[in-house]
Amino acid sequence: MSLKHIIKPFSAWSNVFRDPVTVKDPLNDRPGAARYRGFHQNDIESCIGCGACSTICENEAISLVPVDGIETKEGDSGLRPLVDYGRCCWCALCVDVCSTESLKLSNHYTWVGEDPEAFKFIPGVDKMPWDEEELGWKRPEDNYELNNFKRISMLELTPEARDKSFIEIVKGYSKQEAQEEADRCIECGLCISTCPAHMGIPEYIAAIREDDINEGFKKLYETNPLPEICGRICTHKCETVCAMGHRGDPLSIRWLKRYIADQIESDDYKKVLELDSIENKDQKVAIIGSGPAGLSAAYYLRKLGYQVKIFEALPEAGGMMRYGIPEYRLPYDQLDKDINLILNLGTEIQYNTRIGKDISMEELQKSYDAVFAATGLHDGRSTRIPGTDHEHVYMAADLLRDITSSKEIPVMEKVLVIGGGNVAMDITRSMARLQNQKFGRVQVIATALEGEEILPADREEIVEAREEQAVINPGWGPTEIVIEDGKLKGLLVQRCLSVFDENGGFAPKFDPEDTDFFPADMVIESIGQGANLSYIPQSVKDELEYTDRGRIKVDSHFQSSAKWLFFGGDIIEGPDVIHGIANGHKAAIGIDQFIQETQKK
Amino acid sequence: MKNKLFNISPDRSKYPTIGKDGKPEIDLSSGKFVKIWQGPNHPGVTGNMSLELTVSGDEVVDAKTHVGYLHRGFEKLFERRKYIQCFPTSIRMCVPEADSNEYCLAVGTEKLAGIDVPDRAKWLRMLTLEMSRLQMLLRIVPGQGGTMGLGIGVQWGMYLRDLILDRFEELTGGRIYHMYILPGGVRGGLPEGFETRLEENLKDIEKFVHRIDNVLYQNAVFRKRAMGVGYLDPSWVDEYGVVGSNARAAGFKRDVRKDNPYLFYEQLDWEVPIKTESDIYTRARIRWYDLQVTIDLIRQILAKIPKTGDVRAKTPNVMHWKIPAGQTYVKSESSRGEFGFFMVSDGTDKPRRINLRGPSYTHAVPLLERMLINTNIADVGALMVSLQTCPPEIER
Repeated sequence: MSLKHIIKPFSAWSNVFRDPVTVKDPLNDRPGAARYRGFHQNDIESCIGCGACSTICENEAISLVPVDGIETKEGDSGLRPLVDYGRCCWCALCVDVCSTESLKLSNHYTWVGEDPEAFKFIPGVDKMPWDEEELGWKRPEDNYELNNFKRISMLELTPEARDKSFIEIVKGYSKQEAQEEADRCIECGLCISTCPAHMGIPEYIAAIREDDINEGFKKLYETNPLPEICGRICTHKCETVCAMGHRGDPLSIRWLKRYIADQIESDDYKKVLELDSIENKDQKVAIIGSGPAGLSAAYYLRKLGYQVKIFEALPEAGGMMRYGIPEYRLPYDQLDKDINLILNLGTEIQYNTRIGKDISMEELQKSYDAVFAATGLHDGRSTRIPGTDHEHVYMAADLLRDITSSKEIPVMEKVLVIGGGNVAMDITRSMARLQNQKFGRVQVIATALEGEEILPADREEIVEAREEQAVINPGWGPTEIVIEDGKLKGLLVQRCLSVFDENGGFAPKFDPEDTDFFPADMVIESIGQGANLSYIPQSVKDELEYTDRGRIKVDSHFQSSAKWLFFGGDIIEGPDVIHGIANGHKAAIGIDQFIQETQKK
Repeated sequence: MKNKLFNISPDRSKYPTIGKDGKPEIDLSSGKFVKIWQGPNHPGVTGNMSLELTVSGDEVVDAKTHVGYLHRGFEKLFERRKYIQCFPTSIRMCVPEADSNEYCLAVGTEKLAGIDVPDRAKWLRMLTLEMSRLQMLLRIVPGQGGTMGLGIGVQWGMYLRDLILDRFEELTGGRIYHMYILPGGVRGGLPEGFETRLEENLKDIEKFVHRIDNVLYQNAVFRKRAMGVGYLDPSWVDEYGVVGSNARAAGFKRDVRKDNPYLFYEQLDWEVPIKTESDIYTRARIRWYDLQVTIDLIRQILAKIPKTGDVRAKTPNVMHWKIPAGQTYVKSESSRGEFGFFMVSDGTDKPRRINLRGPSYTHAVPLLERMLINTNIADVGALMVSLQTCPPEIER
């Protein structure tokens, strides 16, 4: 102990001459730092109510609630997050996982209020002083992600390896790839409501993650008895609304579905689905057409025990799935895998039988308790321009059917396809393959009214068709098929300026000055298909009611005004496979109800 | 080590009598003893903890630590949270120095999952861990004076600590609970101009280091009260598992950063300060040296942090991130000493068990109970703070 130790502490007196450092709040309030995790902001317009914020919240401070003025629509649950500041710990994980980047935290950090309930609020809906503030916590730099926004790429055949044959292009996921892709799912369920069949998508994706394929397979069959088919050629509306698509690639839901179905051997189907014994009922149901809707209805009706008989006009089952979709997209063995289960359940099928010709509708009505007609759209529509009556003008649907039936196809040197939809792409690519086989080169042109941006075909179809050397030249309206000395020379076209009017109605406008000529030896029309309902006798037709657009009117269970007769598939809704499957399922429920009610009476 | 000249220890020849089990026989009805409670709400206690003291006169003859005022069950809560959801909870296990919790949890998860984090994230983790140590030392260094009635340095320390918290706010978005280090990496790089502002703060802190030396360590009153008091026998260090500055003041060169280097501490140039007197003064003095070492380390880290690069490794979707089954123990050096997490995964997306091995459990329960005997009541607070006990970490 020395004098030094007594004197030195007095150096603290030097502070007397220093300015105070205290911040006097609120007189000179200091703003929060630029990254401060303050109060929530939400851009309710870009928010889709996917609920990722709510799922990640460790304190269960976020719940999703309906909000006035926000409607539930495709890709938007219509719900918005409500934050409870009695629970929130401001970790901002909700911001980091937000799939649309709509949720942020402002750097505002003082909120004084008397009402405890006010501290539960819906950011963006309940107006707050910090709503417009720019600063605050946002998801950090681009390389910071709590999820993977890149799709696991799919192994596909190169254009050189596929353009001469009809072997399947897409190879399917391996187990590891499927699990990695399934891992990206945030289980928001927006896809469920968009899927026409309302498949339990997050559930079967979860089954892939858990590697419980049997469970996933059962989930598929709850709503869709054609998973191998849908896993390949579904129009995957689910992927267009996938929450992951806002900041990255949507999940490849379709390929994941295919992955599950691919893992199960055909022989194990019954065992996995626990369908070994079905209790039979006495009632009989007739189904006209073995397309997706007919097969789907047959599966669910058979599962309920009904005696089901399908009448098919063509020699094999599958409808447009077999006779419309080319083999490189949907191989016949995979098609048969799905169909065989339905037939193996005891469903009867009579091929080469056309209703109205081989058997009359009245006979069906007499012999069966209910009839489900899902006859589809098989009659190609014509442009009806001059020259379409030439023998080298064909319908796409007819040619595709002939390809499947292994009939001889007229493959000429220069082929022209009119149409820009998926069927047009199917015939374009099929003809390209056949030309390659015959001539070793491709000379196919597809032209359509619609411009490049609004072509109705799937983008991948257009890209792949071009990879296979087909020429897609959109934005032209056909005016005349030029025929000289009875020989088809080509197609005259004029520039199409717009296809639809302001209301979205079909009203193409042309520029007659801007014309072109596509030389061709054969022309294939593929501008859509129509239904052939001639099998319905007039007495029944009189009983039916029709919608404004001329379609047969059915209720939510696809029951027509003739109570014993149900309609579904492309003739009612679509045209696509998944709508057909959904129709068939609902119709099966409707038929079951109808028969049960009739029994009671 | 006791100062012979000022030794005023009472005559213990008559009582308490020591029983056959070696423990004092205390008969409260004899009138020679009084039980008093220090805490749970007491300025001399660090947080919500209480000491049941049996005193004779103003001398402590027996002491017992009581906890239970702060139990939040975090270790149980972890078992119901996904790995990513644990880090906002983990920080509350040791409130004043929250980053060690985040760090251990993140590293444990990464070890179990077998992922490596980018270098930039590792440097940023080091920066936050050192800044966290700095703000803690700015509390505890002058705080030691506070326990003996010398309040003057405390405001200085708190002001400077707030400046560091400002930097934390800029970097991490939070002042106390930073929630910055998460499994896979960190949540962002340095903001614009951060280094300059932090350097200014470090200069202020260097001035403080000098001023607190004059006011506290060179203060005759503090020296008289702290030197030779609260002696921690070096033989207890291994017996009790004493770590950190408490062990370093007893002559043990213990620092996880040197003994089991983690992150990039091997790339930094520094020495572990040690002393041997092992009393309240020495422990406080060691922290004063730690303060200077920490300033130096932060400068070295700032010079080496990469400006670009990823801040987070690619991980699976955190919403269902399953960690392979296994167990691990990860540790770091907090300002109080070795701070470790034992983690067990059963292969699901939630941890099976996370257990914290914090220094305070040892320091504030068995060690403190032993060291309090024969202490003057007035020195209980000083002794406790000199061990740098942290009740939230004992109970979590």
